[in-house]
Amino acid sequence: MRRDVLLDVRNLNAFYGRAQVLFGLSFHLCSGEVVALVGRNGAGKTTTLKAIMGLISASATHATFKGHSLGRLPTYRIARLGLGYVPEDRRIFTDLTVEENLETGRRPAGADRSPWTPERLFRLFPNLAEMRGRRGNQMSGGEQQMLSIARTLMGNPDAILLDEPSEGIAPVIVQMMAEAIRAMKAEGVAVLLSEQNWAFAAGISDRACVIERGEIRFQGSMAELMADEALRAETLGV
Amino acid sequence: MLALDPSFLAVQALSGLSSASSLFITACGLTIVFGVTRIVNFAHGSLYMIGAYTAATLVPRLLELSFGPVTFWAGILASALIVGIIGVIIEILLLRRIYGAPELFQLLATFGVVLVVQDLVVQVFGPEDILGPRAPGLRAPVEILGRRFPSYELVLIAAGPIVLGLVWLLLRKTRFGVLVRAATQDRDMVASLGVNQAMLFTGTLFLGAFLAGLGGALQIPRVSANTGMDLSIIAEAFVVTVVGGMGSVPGAFLAALIIGQLQAFGILIFPKSTLVVVFLLMAVVLAIRPYGLFGRAEIVGGSHAVGIASHKPLPGRTYILLAVMAALACFPLLADAYLLKVATEILIFALFAFSLQLLIGVGGLVSFGHAAFFGLGAYGSALAVKWLDMSMEAALPLGLTLAALGAALIGAFVVRLSGIYLAMMTLAAAQILYAVAFQWVDVTGGDNGIVGVWPSSWAGGPVPYYLLTAALTLVAVLLLKRIIDAPFGYALRAARDSEARAEAIGLKVRQHRWLAFMISGAAAGLAGGLYAFSRGSVDPSLLGISTSVDALTMLLLGGIQTVAGPLVGAAVLHFLRDLIMPLTPLWRLLLGLSIIAMVLIFPRGLVGTVQYWREERA
Repeated sequence: MRRDVLLDVRNLNAFYGRAQVLFGLSFHLCSGEVVALVGRNGAGKTTTLKAIMGLISASATHATFKGHSLGRLPTYRIARLGLGYVPEDRRIFTDLTVEENLETGRRPAGADRSPWTPERLFRLFPNLAEMRGRRGNQMSGGEQQMLSIARTLMGNPDAILLDEPSEGIAPVIVQMMAEAIRAMKAEGVAVLLSEQNWAFAAGISDRACVIERGEIRFQGSMAELMADEALRAETLGV
Repeated sequence: MLALDPSFLAVQALSGLSSASSLFITACGLTIVFGVTRIVNFAHGSLYMIGAYTAATLVPRLLELSFGPVTFWAGILASALIVGIIGVIIEILLLRRIYGAPELFQLLATFGVVLVVQDLVVQVFGPEDILGPRAPGLRAPVEILGRRFPSYELVLIAAGPIVLGLVWLLLRKTRFGVLVRAATQDRDMVASLGVNQAMLFTGTLFLGAFLAGLGGALQIPRVSANTGMDLSIIAEAFVVTVVGGMGSVPGAFLAALIIGQLQAFGILIFPKSTLVVVFLLMAVVLAIRPYGLFGRAEIVGGSHAVGIASHKPLPGRTYILLAVMAALACFPLLADAYLLKVATEILIFALFAFSLQLLIGVGGLVSFGHAAFFGLGAYGSALAVKWLDMSMEAALPLGLTLAALGAALIGAFVVRLSGIYLAMMTLAAAQILYAVAFQWVDVTGGDNGIVGVWPSSWAGGPVPYYLLTAALTLVAVLLLKRIIDAPFGYALRAARDSEARAEAIGLKVRQHRWLAFMISGAAAGLAGGLYAFSRGSVDPSLLGISTSVDALTMLLLGGIQTVAGPLVGAAVLHFLRDLIMPLTPLWRLLLGLSIIAMVLIFPRGLVGTVQYWREERA
């Protein structure tokens, strides 16, 4: 099956102060697929996602999204192109209720698809439906994670950058996350997933990029990476 | 007894409520703007003043066209709208460029706007105070328990809760409000969700400026629009927002209510200075809740620490020191009396700015009320001369001691705070001292100050006094420099760069900072005392905001990251002022624009820029 390239990242470099942390990363994400960025803690996964979103001032890339160059765009313009971002620490607005959090993410959908509504999202994440009026600071980590994803989906993105969705949440919720990502994929939303949880990433991703010390060590299908035990042991320790 | 008369108490309580209402409307705008932009907008008081002037000019003309309550209130709203638009212009031209800058620069830049507006208001509206019209339909007083009470005040009492309700609806029930509250917490995340922050911030500034303008416009039937109202309201609005918790609208309402009543009844206890009571309230609240009644802990980022770093000792610095001493000593051979007087004042201000360097550059403690210690030193010396008949030799150390004690007292409260709260608290403390000096006429001479503060005969005359100042300044600066390079200075810098880490390695951060306040206060007090004897008089302006800002400007001009910066800055600022002030009536405008320009394009300062070039080349 042939797919359009949605997000095309070419030669991504990023710096913290004078220290370079990403070295010429190139990869792409096609519509409707799930790609996992895997690698050890500190390899540069989160930095990659932030740099794509324009949240790191000292980065340079020739990334395009749906053909638009992301190079110098401010973050909100990147988001408006249809690229959603769910940060690692979830960053729920703790003073706002669940419904208000969803409202902050609302953006109109393209003409060709049915928009995400709070009701649809509550079906995807039934836990949230029971706590519409609850404030973000009274939710568990897993509930916050669901809300963070739902909030980004309210913007009707074509692709989502999803940072460590399984981190620090209960195993049963991790299972729900996997289901939710499959459901998003079924709706046609592409996902670029940054993950340390190998089993989780392997279970839901079509392709994988292995990052080590700011460089890409491997790119290919999940099946290839599954087969290459030596590489996995060296770069991921699994 | 008068105070126990129930009708008197009722009327006092009502007038407390009406000033609370006015104060809340203005402070509410300030706190909303801070919540979203994280900028403490010094110019908020200027917007309030523009609101008052605009309404006092606009409303009478409208009433000539069509007399009636509708016209009056439409005019008030129109004035507030105009101020809202001015706020938008300020946001687009200035604030937008400094959202990421350290607090000190933000405060200074917005104070630059204050200076610019002060001159512009005189240019546009003229130098006279303007008394506005009374509100049609509300001219007759009402009787309350047998006492007459202005009916307009009753309308004001209602206006506060109405504004609170409308702001609550706006923030709770509209998409704009939801986004504003979200941005208050996490700006980057809001941008990641596709929200154009620039629009959100511009909208917020419109709302904040509108409320400031409304607060000012509502005052016109009570007080005439005058050029002093910007700084007096901003000090009160700062107190309200700090007590309520910065960014909290209900907090501002509660704080305004408490402060209104304190002022109404505090006048029975401290008839001379109700601000003292207000200050005590603020001190108590911040001692118990360092972030105000409804505030939350600020996240202080590392990027906010600006200050001096370690440098290798200059080679041959002994010779440099000897050369400086020789140059200072030989200067009287070349200069006439006028130049000597200028040089004396430059040295005094250099010491003043250098004392602030210890707090800001080394300690990272943004004191916005350093004039408090300068003024305490000056007043301490002058009072000793006037009331105790002391000689200069005894009065100078007394002034220094008074300043150090004042710093110990103020420091004890503020070392618990950080960032913007510390700046606000020091500013408030200086304003209180200013009010005391201004209002306690029997002791301080009030507005006229104290005259006849002359040095002893051996030090009289330009040359001896210059030499005395040079010697004392040099000794004080060398001592301060020694302190900065001592382990104590390193500890302060460690605490500045990372408070948590400094505490984790066992540094007693608060004690160090407290000591720094006392040392810095003593040095500023010495400068103040020297200044008093150089001019022969003191007056309340020595304790005013503009004196504090002078010290900050010198520091900024010279460069905060450097040791020599404040000395160079003092010289340059003083020269510029002597050069420009006689030439134009618009020197505040020029000074304000220069401060803004410095913050925007020259944040390293003169010495800092030279150092930066040298390091880049190396």
